Amino acid sequence: MSKVWLIIKREYLTRVRNKTFILSTILLPLFFIGFIAASTYLSIKGESKHIIAVNDQNGIFKNSFKNDKSIKYEFPADVTANNFKEKNYSAFLNIPLKFDSPQDSITLISDKALGFSTEDKVRDQINLAIKNRAFLEKNIDKKILDSINDLDAEKLYNFRPVIKKGNTTQQANSGLAYGIGFGSGILIYITLFIYGAAVMRGVMEEKMNRIAEVIISSVKPFQLMAGKIIGIAAVGLTQLLIWFVLIVALSSVLSGFLSADTLQHAQNANSAMGSSANNTAALGFLSAKNTLAQANWALIIPCFLFYFIGGYLFYAALFAAVGSVVNEDPQEAQSLMLPITMPIILSFVIMTTAAAKPDTPIAVWASIIPFSSPIVMMARIPSGVPFWQLALSMVSLVAGFILTTMLAAKIYRTGILLYGKKVTFKEMSKWLFRKS
Amino acid sequence: MNILELSNLKKYYATQKAVDDISFTIEQGSIFGLLGPNGAGKTTLLRMITGIFYPDSGNITFQGKKFDAANDIYKIGYMPEERGLYKKMRIGEQALYLAQLKGLSRQDAMKKIKEWFVKFEMQSWWNKKVEDLSKGMSQKLQFVTTVLHEPPLLILDEPFSGLDPVNSNLIKDEIFNLAKKGTTIIFSTHRMEQVEEICDHIVLVNKGKKILDGSVKQIKQDCKENLFRIGFEQMPATFDSTEFEVMYEESNSLVVKIKDGYKPGSVLYNFLKQNASIISFNEILPSLNDIFIKKVNDTEATRQFQKV
Repeated sequence: MSKVWLIIKREYLTRVRNKTFILSTILLPLFFIGFIAASTYLSIKGESKHIIAVNDQNGIFKNSFKNDKSIKYEFPADVTANNFKEKNYSAFLNIPLKFDSPQDSITLISDKALGFSTEDKVRDQINLAIKNRAFLEKNIDKKILDSINDLDAEKLYNFRPVIKKGNTTQQANSGLAYGIGFGSGILIYITLFIYGAAVMRGVMEEKMNRIAEVIISSVKPFQLMAGKIIGIAAVGLTQLLIWFVLIVALSSVLSGFLSADTLQHAQNANSAMGSSANNTAALGFLSAKNTLAQANWALIIPCFLFYFIGGYLFYAALFAAVGSVVNEDPQEAQSLMLPITMPIILSFVIMTTAAAKPDTPIAVWASIIPFSSPIVMMARIPSGVPFWQLALSMVSLVAGFILTTMLAAKIYRTGILLYGKKVTFKEMSKWLFRKS
Repeated sequence: MNILELSNLKKYYATQKAVDDISFTIEQGSIFGLLGPNGAGKTTLLRMITGIFYPDSGNITFQGKKFDAANDIYKIGYMPEERGLYKKMRIGEQALYLAQLKGLSRQDAMKKIKEWFVKFEMQSWWNKKVEDLSKGMSQKLQFVTTVLHEPPLLILDEPFSGLDPVNSNLIKDEIFNLAKKGTTIIFSTHRMEQVEEICDHIVLVNKGKKILDGSVKQIKQDCKENLFRIGFEQMPATFDSTEFEVMYEESNSLVVKIKDGYKPGSVLYNFLKQNASIISFNEILPSLNDIFIKKVNDTEATRQFQKV
């Protein structure tokens, strides 16, 4: 046991002291924050303003089209499909007299793609104009029609989904559950690959440096493998802990800036003179914080740790086995890894749908079978999972990693001492069923 | 007393009888040569002695008791042919780590590493990494990490490969030193001149079987072919060769094979009787290299894949 401890210590210290560890630990959250900030910024500011020239041959759209932040409609007389560019329009919308067949259709002409959202907005405007025309034809007063169109329905009601279990009711928040589930699923998916590959590279390093046999003459192969796997797990947990602390620290710093006073102030300012960018950001942060507080963290955090460790242990031994049979050629590793990476990628695909629809049969079973459960179950937990499914999933994951470790150890023991020979899957399966 | 006794060891792989019924004993404090061509089964044999593999059948007795890998590996130092070190790890830490894996406490390990580093003039290496070392330097380090825990049995597989003559001698002297202090050394190689120089006792294996076993002196005697070289001041014009057969002539000397039933003395006597001007008369013993090649060629040198 003390030898396994020595190995764990070495694996842990050499990795944690490494510069790349320190850099990646600090840079990854910064990268994430930067990514989120950049994409938010782009979604607000990034949409370039389009001015679309409309040739409205019916004259029925002119009064109906409304400009917004990103699109402005103009109805000049002298613009055609051939010269809209010279006249500084980004697109030309031609609406012929008849437009209900493929030959006669409304065409939006531009010299480069305008993007989904712009096309959608134009289509919405056309829909609205046609509906308006239909209302007007039925003799509905234009004033009434305008007032109905301007109605903001969302302000007229309050909607509250509630989950009721026995006598306890709880605020349901599908968006939040989806977000947390998807986030944890991705995090487990990424860490499985990062730390699994670290195990594989570590084993390959030992084999290629030819130190494996030196070590194996002092400890059992299983001890070496277990020490490496546990050491790297400790590195992973350290990294998670640092990230967790960073996030908590960052958000409490933010809350410090946005103390209740400031928020109150922002809210007042908001109602008084409309929203300025700063105030909306502050309010957004406050509401995100309130929403996050509704999640069942007491269940999610322990489950995340369990599936993080369980999933890692399930796959790490397999990665170690692959590392042990690779010879000089890293290309070999690629093809040997395929049987391990396929189920992980498949679980990721299932996870993306399971986060949105947590109770489909495929999501349920994929969250119980240990090959996919670490990723898929994490996507379902925030939406609530029956106890029996959680228990069954956990038990089978533990049984699963014991089994994969035992099988992988058999391949590892032989592979790590075998040089200069390409190993096939057939041979590996023979090693599995051989007694010591 | 024998430190190690192997009896009827067998280890079969899917396509080969790697070790096929090998027995021998190694005396405490001797330097023992395990010889054989590539693929003879030496490495498999050594891996069984070091507890890495279990034999399919047969027994290993270590220090008078049945070999118990879990405890006895602390008493063995093994430098495998496929050897290496962690390239990115500092040298001092690496030596410390390997010594602790061999069961030394941190303090003991530290003390012994310092002694050895002084002896091999490696003090300045402590904070360097292995990737900064030349091949010869890392070989020295490897040797030190193998002997640090002062094992009673030391197994060295091709210890001199890649070493220049100066470092070779340094390690050779250290091997003699350890042997003098009572360490038993198993020395596996196919470089015969080193074996002749170092080993007391050798075993030759080929194709998983033992084909020679004895002291270096004894084996040379057993394999000699009654060859003698007779040196003359001036070559005799004629000679009577009823007692011997001339193998070949060199300038001013003859290499003869004395026929069965005749003695070197009487050959010499006959030459002297003819007033031949003899200046030297020596027996030619075969070199281990010759014996090795001959014995290996008698069996089949290259192993063929076979069904077991």
